Amino acid sequence: MAAKSNKSGSDSASAKSATTREGSAREIVKTLDHFDAPKPATFGKDDEVRAYRDMLLIRRFEEKAGQLYGMGFIGGFCHLYIGQEAVVVGMQMAMKEGDEVVTGYRDHGHMLATGMEARGVMAELTGRRSGYSKGKGGSMHMFSKEKKFFGGHGIVGAQVPIGTGLAFSNVYNKTDAIAITYFGDGAANQGQVYESFNMASLWKLPVVYVIENNRYAMGTSVSRASAETNFAHRGLSFKIPGFQVDGMDVRAVKAAGDLAAEHCRSGEGPIILEMMTYRYRGHSMSDPAKYRTRDEVQKMRSESDPIEQVKKRLTEDHGMSEDEVKAIDKEVRDIVADAADFAQNDPEPDASELWTDIYAEDIPQAAE
Amino acid sequence: MPTEILMPALSPTMEEGTLAKWVKKVGDAVAPGDVIAEIETDKATMEVEAVDEGTIGKILVDEGSEGVKVNAPIAILLAEGEDESAMENGAESKSRGAPASAAEDTSATRETDEKQSSKAEASSGGNAVDDMSARRVPAEGKTHPDPDDPEGDLAQEIPEGTEMVSVTVREALRDAMAEEMRRDERVFVMGEEVAEYQGAYKITQGLLDEFGARRVVDTPITEHGFAGLGVGAAFGGLKPIVEFMTFNFAMQAIDQIINSAAKTLYMAGGQMGCPIVFRGPNGAAARVAAQHSQDYAAWYSHVPGLKVVQPYTAADYKGLLKSAIRDPNPVIFLENEILYGHSFEIPKLDDWTVPIGKARIHRKGKDVTIVSFGIGMTYAVKAAEELAKDGIDAEVIDLRTIRPMDLPTVIRSVKKTNRCVTVEEGFPQSSVGAHIASEIMAQAFDYLDAPVLKVAGKDVPMPYAANLEKLALPSVKDVIDAVKAVTYRD
Repeated sequence: MAAKSNKSGSDSASAKSATTREGSAREIVKTLDHFDAPKPATFGKDDEVRAYRDMLLIRRFEEKAGQLYGMGFIGGFCHLYIGQEAVVVGMQMAMKEGDEVVTGYRDHGHMLATGMEARGVMAELTGRRSGYSKGKGGSMHMFSKEKKFFGGHGIVGAQVPIGTGLAFSNVYNKTDAIAITYFGDGAANQGQVYESFNMASLWKLPVVYVIENNRYAMGTSVSRASAETNFAHRGLSFKIPGFQVDGMDVRAVKAAGDLAAEHCRSGEGPIILEMMTYRYRGHSMSDPAKYRTRDEVQKMRSESDPIEQVKKRLTEDHGMSEDEVKAIDKEVRDIVADAADFAQNDPEPDASELWTDIYAEDIPQAAE
Repeated sequence: MPTEILMPALSPTMEEGTLAKWVKKVGDAVAPGDVIAEIETDKATMEVEAVDEGTIGKILVDEGSEGVKVNAPIAILLAEGEDESAMENGAESKSRGAPASAAEDTSATRETDEKQSSKAEASSGGNAVDDMSARRVPAEGKTHPDPDDPEGDLAQEIPEGTEMVSVTVREALRDAMAEEMRRDERVFVMGEEVAEYQGAYKITQGLLDEFGARRVVDTPITEHGFAGLGVGAAFGGLKPIVEFMTFNFAMQAIDQIINSAAKTLYMAGGQMGCPIVFRGPNGAAARVAAQHSQDYAAWYSHVPGLKVVQPYTAADYKGLLKSAIRDPNPVIFLENEILYGHSFEIPKLDDWTVPIGKARIHRKGKDVTIVSFGIGMTYAVKAAEELAKDGIDAEVIDLRTIRPMDLPTVIRSVKKTNRCVTVEEGFPQSSVGAHIASEIMAQAFDYLDAPVLKVAGKDVPMPYAANLEKLALPSVKDVIDAVKAVTYRD
């Protein structure tokens, strides 16, 4: 693994750009001198198939969610993850059983990646009783203790101290689990993020801060909102290393995740991964997206799509036939169609649910 | 089979829109993500993207059409290999319209609904409107209904013959934490100066020595951050005690307390909650002025999902803090700096706990009910002593818990005394007393012989000058005056 090189005197410290992926304007920048951005992971056919399937599931799920929103089955806010799939799938491939995940409001992809059921997530989106939160949480507020998914948080940046606290509990309980804490380029300007960075570094907490830089905080581009647009550098004054990762390449994400996980598990404290990614859809369903050009979106879709990249490798490098790829497509479409069907027909919660789950009677957090 | 493309809803409130422009025309191939049309809503012009792959077979709504209802078919999409003839059999009718209803027969659910709500509101007043019509009595010649169970449940919390020892509130708090930390490995305390400094107000004195730095954690000055970190630690299976040096600083952290700690159990459908105690001194100390002198009882008591405790005696401080640490819910534990040094008799028992949500009748009486909590009790108790000299026998109720509030004890007392005065240091508007007054009006209107009066802090930021500070706080005299007003004396 391309992890720590020597800490002192490396003249590569002055190199501004370690790697630049061909065909991409993304610049991979390393920060502290003991970190090099790792090369993309080498994927065997099984890895590629898993990445393709998991990313496609998120893509198709989100397309269906958008469709159901348009039909009035999903209410309120609905933030789609389309375009960013490689980030959660690559990170998930680098995680171990027991690692925790926490994220913000654009959370459907994260839930599916942790293995939460498409039916339960979709039924929560439609506000039905079989949803993960019995229909009481909605798009932005879902949890699965079983899958170690701790939300789904609607307040921008609030998940960052929470993920840091999960890492604190790992140290306290002397486990080797790490807390993957996702947030966006918008949340990265919240004060509590830096309060968390400080404590995480001070106490060497095993937390991976994954900044999903999709270039727009709602409608405000990074350069209009951030004095320092390199988010990998945001941990420097807390001695937290970080580097930028091509978030459209699932192999690059996996390699970065591996490095970060090893760093955290070896007791070195937190690390920042800035994922250079892109969302194809608007901030939410009701976003006309006038802050960027159609061409910008289409260029990203046609040149850097994370799923198409894998599909190409599957057919060209791993000898998969068009039919074999289509079989995966069909399996994914069936899961999504089933989830959508389920979520439209599942009943709404019983009226009595209005008054339940306000206070816990017993102790749900008992260390099982 | 061809599919209908429906007019999409582009915002939570959109019902119809104008089909401003067709970007694709009949015969055009479309791929997912292609813009096919532009729609104007009352808020913005939005582009409509294709979801499925295919060819536009027919346009059903011309561009420029206004008032196109959401979910109306606007075009027909032909799948690969289909031509116009496929449309003769009609397009696949996508399900649309409002979500299917949970209960087809709404009357069937109404009963359980009411049962549920009356159960849930038992502590906060039942259905006021229904109660009103059931007991419509003429105002003139008013007689009070007989109060049921006038003495109430005065079950002794302390067993007969228990040895009592004198302990300060400060020691009671430390002992409560130490006992619970010995009892449960998951309990830890974190905050500013809690460890090496031994506590800014010496509440955590000695804990570092006994439990070590793993469980007694000094934090940087970073309330928002460590409150959120505590919430995450609770999600991770621990039982954090988060000390705020004062609750004034917890305003930096209130988002984590309310949005993350209080609401998670509900938002998770009961799957996981947040067992955490936020504690520290609250309310006015002495001469620390506006930013350091505020009572947050009413603020936190507004929030479902939180429990809010504000004790007065050392026995209650200890017993309630132990209960708060064991509670599976987030508990706001409001202390008072001035009371820290006060000594009270406390039962010498191995495991002394006091249940959350239960008021205590501090002094029995028959002429008026004085309801207070926390340091407000110091005014209430002194006033009751003075009033006794004038022949007014006041019953003093110490709420101890603000949420869930033990209103049955208050209502039972008011039905006996027919008069009530509330006492607190917080601001008067939307205060704890205001809530109690409204509940008494709803639940015991026919028993009242006078309006409920509330004694609260004055409606001003806390001033620094000694004389002004004294004027801003409630006083024993304020309580006496209020009691005399409701008993029509003097």
